[in-house]
Formats: sequence, structure tokens, C-alpha cells
Amino acid sequence: MEHYKMGLTLKIWRQKNSQSKGHFATYKVEDISSEMSFLEMIDVLNERLIREGEDPVAFDHDCREGICGTCSMYINGRPHGPWHANTVCQLHMRAYKDGDSITIEPWRANAFPVIKDLIVDRSAFDRIIQAGGYISINTGNPVDANSLPVDKNLADASFAAAACIGCGACVAACKNSSAMLFVSAKVSHLALLPQGHPERKSRALNMVAQMDKEGFGGCTNTQACESVCPKEISMTNIAKLNSEFIFAGLSE
Amino acid sequence: MSLTGIFLITFLVVHVGINACIWANDGGQMFNLASHFMATTIVIRIIEVGLFAGLLLHIVQGLVVEFQNRAKRKIGYAVPMGNKGSKWYSRSMGLLGTLLLFFLVVHLKDFWVPSRFMDLPTTNYDGKEVANQYAELIRIFHNPVAVVIYILGCASLMYHLLHGFQSSFRTLGVPNGKYINLIRNFGFGFSVIISIAFAMMPISVFLDWVT
Repeated sequence: MEHYKMGLTLKIWRQKNSQSKGHFATYKVEDISSEMSFLEMIDVLNERLIREGEDPVAFDHDCREGICGTCSMYINGRPHGPWHANTVCQLHMRAYKDGDSITIEPWRANAFPVIKDLIVDRSAFDRIIQAGGYISINTGNPVDANSLPVDKNLADASFAAAACIGCGACVAACKNSSAMLFVSAKVSHLALLPQGHPERKSRALNMVAQMDKEGFGGCTNTQACESVCPKEISMTNIAKLNSEFIFAGLSE
Repeated sequence: MSLTGIFLITFLVVHVGINACIWANDGGQMFNLASHFMATTIVIRIIEVGLFAGLLLHIVQGLVVEFQNRAKRKIGYAVPMGNKGSKWYSRSMGLLGTLLLFFLVVHLKDFWVPSRFMDLPTTNYDGKEVANQYAELIRIFHNPVAVVIYILGCASLMYHLLHGFQSSFRTLGVPNGKYINLIRNFGFGFSVIISIAFAMMPISVFLDWVT
């Protein structure tokens, strides 16, 4: 792919801390390489801001290879930017051309309060996991894998659900700020495997209760979450969560 | 929400079936007899109470869901996501439901209130005296304003069902890995066909296709 340079207008949400009001600030950046990643482009802006004695734009990032789920920017009306099945750190500047305007906002949801600029507090997800996203039974010493037969299709479905990196794009995309795709991925991942069976009822009930307590909305099946998920978690998990929850609610 | 929605969907099937009697082209005899049966059978009248209860519950649930969910994002986005990833009608169920509610008020005023609380002119079939609902229908649907309102009502119904049908099954946790295509395709066909069938009633009366 041909290398090119570009100048961009960035409109970025700036907010000093969780208490302050926040506003959009506009920055011009020049000589941005098409081979840079999106976060490197923000790095370039931040180095300039530091040189100029200004406060750099705060944003979450860690692995920069799409597996940690930390980066979280809502770019031009889409969580994680324009590419499909992609995190912000995997977004490259070749997605843009000279003269483009890019609006960057933090995830918006009451359950994800802004800490500073583009960083939001996603500890609500941790508390949902703490409510039941684990297996606490004693499974004993390692046994021969073949002693516990698992259907390959179920193992694949469980693995696909386990790919969730907890980035929160599903919440950011949902008009209801619902965390159902996240919760359903965690519930499905464990409920589909034999080791997850003994606690499947309490897991579904407790994780949904915690999800509601954290202030996430309810799912109305618009499918926006699935379309932006960097790990392509399927909406079928939400139906699975619903059946787990209904069954547990009726039989517990 | 999903259970009351499915209950109301089953009612639509009965409703469209009765209404289709106007196309018998027998001067309204079949339609009037069917209307008479619906109006005078005690079991139907009991079910009617259940229908209104279901409708009311659906409306209340819808309002609660809509306002609770809206309150979960106090600060919105400067650039909305729009149609990137979801259909406009999936995001507009509250609006479509409200339009349907307005339409229902007009519809009940046009047909249900006169048939229950007013003395409609009667007609006689083989010695059986029945209310002439058919004449009412012909009179109302010769008004172009009414025809437009009914067509808009049917369009709202179609989009409401396009999302609502498949969504209700997802909410109930139907294993949609296996059945999702069946539910989606059947739901699409059902929503379109039933809405067009309803819309064709005022249209065919207005254009004098039924006699």
C-alpha cells in the first residue's frame, strides 16, 4: 500500500476529572503517516501538547495488539473506529485521508463514568465478573482430558464466547447502554462447559443482578453491540443468557 | 414485553382473518356474520378483556423499558452511531409503538366504540338480525383521509413487527443459533404480509374493488 502523509482536524473530548464538566477541543495535526496506528497519531499530538506546556490527552491503552481490551475511543460515531472486528490500537491511519475531521469521544454510559478525557472507569465489569464469572468448585488434580468428553461444537462456542476482552464497546454502541453482550459472553463461556455446570444457575442470576445494580440498561436486541465487537461475540450468546436466566429464575 | 408482544401478534392473526371476509364479495354477508359472532359470543368477549389487559400491559412495559433505558446514558454522543450496525426501526420501537397507540385510538373510535356502544343499523340474513358493520367500513374507507391514516398505521405496524417478532423470541431465550434464520425469515414474511393485508382493506374499499 502506498505510503502518504496527511493533515487532520481532531475534535477531542477533554475533561479534567470525573467532577468537571468537559468540552470538545479542536486540534490540527500535520504530517501524519498513513503507516501510523491511530494511537501513535494521538501520541504525536500529545508530544506536541507536552512541548507546548499543555495537558496531554489522557487515553487508555496497554497491549496495543488488540487483546487487552483497554483502548476505548468512540471515533466518528463508532466504538473502536470504522474498521470491522477491530480495536482502536489496531486501527491504522490508512483508514483516513488528508483533510479528514475526526471526532473522538469517550464511551458514554452512566455505568462508565469518565475519569479524565477519554478514559472511563470500567470497574463495573470487574464487579460483574466478581458476582459469578468464575468456577469456584474444586475440580481436583489434573485428569486425563479424555475422561471428560466435551462436544466439539460446544467447546468451539464456549471458546468463541471466551474471546471477549471486556473492552465495553458493546455498552458504548448500545442505545440502552446495555452490557448484555459482555455478560452473555461470560455466562455462555462457562455454562457451555461441564466444569461450569454446577454453578450455572447462581452465576446467571448473580451476574444479571450485578449488571442491573451497576446501572446498565436492558437489551432490546438492536444488534448494535454485535456489529462493533472487536472479537465478533455473537448475539446468540444473549439468547443463551436469557434462557439461562429464565430457567434459573424459575427453578432456583 | 416479549410475552405480551407474542400474545398481541396472535390476536393480529385472528383480526386479519376476520377482516379478510370483506373480500368474499358477497355484499358483506360473511364479514357481518363473522363480526356478529365476535360481538356476541361470550368466550370472545372474555378474551377481549384479556386482549385489552395484554395491550395495556404491553404499553406500560414499553414505556418503562424506554424511559429506564434512556436514563442509562445521561451524556449522549456528539456524533450518533445512527444506522452503523442497527436498523432504524429496531432503535425506534418506542416511537413506532406511540404511533400505533395513536392509530389504535382512531381505529377503536371508528369501529369498536360504535359496535359496542351505539346502535348500528342492522341487516337481515336468513332471518338473523345482525349489525351492519360492513356498511360502516365502506362509509369510513371512502374518506381519503381515513385511508391515509390507516395506511400509515399499517406501516408503523410493519416496522414494529419487523423488530418485535424476532426480538421477542431472542428475549425468551429461544436457542437462536439453530432457529434464528427460521425466526428471522418467518418474522419478516409475517410482518410484511400481515401489514400489507391490513393496508389492502381500506385501499380496496376506497378503490371500489369490493362490492
